[in-house]
Amino acid sequence: MSGRYKTISLRIAQAIPVLFGVVVVSFILTRALPGDPAVYFAGASATEESIAQVREALGLDKSLPEQFVIYLGDLLRGDLGQSISTGQAVTDDLARRLPASLELTLMALFISCSIAVPLGVMAATKPGSLRDHICRVIVTAGVSLPTFFTGILLIYIFYYLLGIAPSPLGRLDFIYIEPDTVTGFYLIDAALIGDWETWFGALKQLILPATTLALFTMAPIARMTRAAMLSALSSDFVRTARAAGLSSSKILYGYALHNAMLPVITTLGMVFSFTLGANVLVEKVFAWPGIGSYAIEALVASDYAAVQGFVLAMAILFVLLNLTIDIAYSLIDPRIGFEER
Amino acid sequence: MSMAPTTKSDGFFAHIFYVLRGNPITALAFILLAFFIVCALFGPLIVPYDPLASNTSNALKPPSSDHWFGTDNLGRDVFSRVIVATRLDLLISVSAVALSFVIGSILGSIAGYWGGWLDAILNRLLDTIMAFPLFVLAMGIVAALGNTIENIVYATALINIPFYARLVRAEVNIRRDAGFALAAKLAGNSDLRVLAVHIFPNALPPMMVQISLNLGWAILNAAGLSFIGLGVRPPTPEWGIMVAEGANFVISGEWWLALFPGLWLMLAVFTFNLLGDGLRDIVDPRKRT
Amino acid sequence: MLSIKDLAVDFQTRKGVVHAVRNVNLHVDKGETLGIVGESGSGKSVTSYALMRILDAGGTITAGDIVYSGIDLRHSSARDMRNIRGREISMIFQNPRAALNPIRKVGHQLEDVLKTHSQATRYDARAKAISMLEAVQIRNAEERYHAYPFELSGGMCQRIVIAIALACNPQLLIADEPTTGLDITTQKTVMDLIQSLSQERQMSSILITHDLGLAAQYCDRIVVMKDGELVETGKPKSLFNNAQHAYTRKLIAATPRKNASIRDLLPVEEQQPLPERSQSGETLLRVNNLVKTYAGKNGPVHAVKGISFDLKQGKSLALVGESGCGKSTTSSMITRLLDCSSGEIIFNGQDIGKIKLRDFAQHEMRKDIQMVFQDATDSLNPRHSAFQSILEPIKHLTDLRSAKRQDRVYELADLVGLPHSLLTRFPHQLSGGQKARVGIARAIAVNPQLLILDEPTAALDVSIQAIVLNLLADLRAKLGMTYLFVSHDLHVVRLLCDDVIVMKDGEIVEMGPVEEVMDQPKSEYTQSLLDAAPSLSKIVE
Repeated sequence: MSGRYKTISLRIAQAIPVLFGVVVVSFILTRALPGDPAVYFAGASATEESIAQVREALGLDKSLPEQFVIYLGDLLRGDLGQSISTGQAVTDDLARRLPASLELTLMALFISCSIAVPLGVMAATKPGSLRDHICRVIVTAGVSLPTFFTGILLIYIFYYLLGIAPSPLGRLDFIYIEPDTVTGFYLIDAALIGDWETWFGALKQLILPATTLALFTMAPIARMTRAAMLSALSSDFVRTARAAGLSSSKILYGYALHNAMLPVITTLGMVFSFTLGANVLVEKVFAWPGIGSYAIEALVASDYAAVQGFVLAMAILFVLLNLTIDIAYSLIDPRIGFEER
Repeated sequence: MSMAPTTKSDGFFAHIFYVLRGNPITALAFILLAFFIVCALFGPLIVPYDPLASNTSNALKPPSSDHWFGTDNLGRDVFSRVIVATRLDLLISVSAVALSFVIGSILGSIAGYWGGWLDAILNRLLDTIMAFPLFVLAMGIVAALGNTIENIVYATALINIPFYARLVRAEVNIRRDAGFALAAKLAGNSDLRVLAVHIFPNALPPMMVQISLNLGWAILNAAGLSFIGLGVRPPTPEWGIMVAEGANFVISGEWWLALFPGLWLMLAVFTFNLLGDGLRDIVDPRKRT
Repeated sequence: MLSIKDLAVDFQTRKGVVHAVRNVNLHVDKGETLGIVGESGSGKSVTSYALMRILDAGGTITAGDIVYSGIDLRHSSARDMRNIRGREISMIFQNPRAALNPIRKVGHQLEDVLKTHSQATRYDARAKAISMLEAVQIRNAEERYHAYPFELSGGMCQRIVIAIALACNPQLLIADEPTTGLDITTQKTVMDLIQSLSQERQMSSILITHDLGLAAQYCDRIVVMKDGELVETGKPKSLFNNAQHAYTRKLIAATPRKNASIRDLLPVEEQQPLPERSQSGETLLRVNNLVKTYAGKNGPVHAVKGISFDLKQGKSLALVGESGCGKSTTSSMITRLLDCSSGEIIFNGQDIGKIKLRDFAQHEMRKDIQMVFQDATDSLNPRHSAFQSILEPIKHLTDLRSAKRQDRVYELADLVGLPHSLLTRFPHQLSGGQKARVGIARAIAVNPQLLILDEPTAALDVSIQAIVLNLLADLRAKLGMTYLFVSHDLHVVRLLCDDVIVMKDGEIVEMGPVEEVMDQPKSEYTQSLLDAAPSLSKIVE
């Protein structure tokens, strides 16, 4: 078993240069942002002199490597700078808004997986059938829908035409009281204090944006499930299991699906990337107070500390998610840590 | 087994026909693709109205026989704008994908064939790109470099490079020691020729799927950037912007402003996504009978 | 006990219906071992899948009866079939590693079967599984219970598959090419194990194989199949000595055996005298203390540990050994596809081992050393037609102008007996034998002095193998080539080669003239290889 721990620690070690690369890239990106933050900060009636002062105060007069070292130091202290538009520390802003984004993303993935995996399995058990073709068209249509467009369409249908959805503004209608922050996830926090009215209110707000995101991410999961199931079902070990008289459900779920889940888990990383990206668009459509809409506001205002913080936070989040996926994978697949011998 | 094709091109077209007949969905995708190409090439010539001409007296009219897709808040014809936008959207996605295909293929081939430290460095670089949620990275790049169409292309190309590089690397790597690659060496081919002439073409079939999927993503990506105000700017007709502008009117019931450009966008992406499997079958000689 | 009457199986494919099996009648008696032999596509496996009712999608039984101990298997319900599979009739397959679930402990896979057929409860499943592992002679069964398939060798995996098949004491065991892909000594232990276990339990069994020698050695009765039909049946001795059907005779003739010459493998009417070979007696190749060491994860791997030999012009030398013995590594180094760690490869007086791999591709000696690869499918570029494949070395290694090049390709096609109409085809449109011919034509296109043959017939059916071996013998004489023949099959080696080197673990165990080494082996290892190889000569008079 030591091989496996070695692989896991190696995998964690590999994440470190990547994290460093991420920091470098996000630093470079934001230094190249158009607009001079010093001018912005100094205000409308600024003189040359006051702009220079502000620049010095922000450390923008130093050389890039120097700025990078300062930036690294700040980062280690958890300081991402001040947001120009909100006037708050970026770290605080992000921390406050992150749960909203995560709640949305995870809910979407939950919906997506619980539909796409059975769909893929269903398609794989009868390849080439009508069922298979329908699944293919549905998931392809899903991934072809631009998330911002799906969102608008759903709002039009369920809010404007049918009137069953709440107004698409934020996480909770103003008639409800926000639950006390424990995890920041409204569904969990409301459930913790037993406030089911708020819980339902939050769920109602969540369902449309989460569905929008889920539709988009279903396709890769369903495609991969189908392909992996097909290859598992046609493999020799399934034939052995059939020849040994194992029941169909044991073969389908115990043998084939279990093996097929491994490549599916690997694609989850890609799916997360999609989801986190599409998140930004969905947050804008539904006025969702997450870090995506925060970033859009910051972009408009050339608020470089905020943008930098956002890009960095997203990347770190994603690296950590991938790490989790890889480690989960290596715990499930006994071959990890042995294959390279 | 049928007779071998008499000439190469003849067999190729017969093969395309065969693939299309066997798979009606792929045939549909090809028809749609032809439609989009026609729109892209001749769009400005065939539309009934000037896509930029506003007419406030005729604003926010629902679809009618005069204005098939209705008019927007400035009285511009939505149909004309949607069709004219095809060229720009396809141009962005095709050039971005072409760029990433070329760069990704070269990097991936080198890493896959020679391995070693080249491979290690490339992998770390790709890891760094892939460490960002791709749309977020594209946002960052366009924001940093400035709102121009070229920058959208560069950003889209960059985030797609890892897909090609990884795919080509894997495909080249499994064929590096294949019998036919060794045989090519015995036949006096240099390493570079073995790689470029013998191994790389065999990696094309799976690449075709990636290319067509990526063309779809690239359109979505560009439209998404425009939607959040990065990239193409109004009044240029572009699907993403049109949806963004139309979004404000949906809540008040003027659905056509956002619906039609959104549908068109979706249809284009859908076409490319469906195209993938069919393209692979066409490029793969083993599928020929 | 089992009787099959007028069985017919059809497959629905893209090109229409294929009749995989027609009019098959056979029976298996209690305690009997029936062999079904035939070449690829003869329908031997399909027959067994049909009786287990585990045909792939698209396959259906269209006619006939399958009766096992009074039960109508063709019309049994799916539920009854599940009870019969594994409990009454079991099956083992080729490629044992793939036949096991890769991410489930082998012990648990055994328990699955025991529990499915109520042969064990939650409490005693583990003990029963372990005793089953012991029954198939797995040492440290307690430990192996927790092993995953990838941690075990091929032979070990096949024992596990056998354990799973026999766990519920079935009455009939079907073994579908159980030893294909295993080394020859492993093959013997696995086959002996199957034999002793089925005798112990008084089971009947069906052995499906392409290897006549194997069938002759282990079966009580043999049926021969061809193109989905049953050709002939009989006891091994009478069948092999007194075959009635022309196909059976052809198959027997094509199987390499001790007292047959290479021409004897062909049908009598196609036999022509072997052309004379010219040999100058000069040393063409001298290998001196050749070493290859790879850097492995757990320290260096010594693939070849310093071997030396000479090869004279016009002679044929065989490198023989089991997988991992270093024979392919050695041939790759001599072909200059791989750098050696140390030692000399002196070809025509020049140490070609010193020339960089990169430079050797354009070196004037490149055309003098060519190779025929093991897997004809893998060695032909899927995107190149047969013509393009053969043209490739001519284009790069000769000065022929383009018009002459085409003539040369046609000339080569004639030489290897490939019809010109096939030259426009792509590899997937050619049969195995045709692909082998293309591979040979490509290798001899530039008139090499030394031709390295890396198991060129390993993937071919015996009748095709016979033709290809004869083609190689003809070409050698016609073109005055020297062969270095890499093989695991001693019988084939005897037919084609003058001298033989037996390798084990990267070292030479024994070398000398073929007759001498095979008739009076000096080393125990060579002897064990010879003993393990199933042979028709033990039974054919």
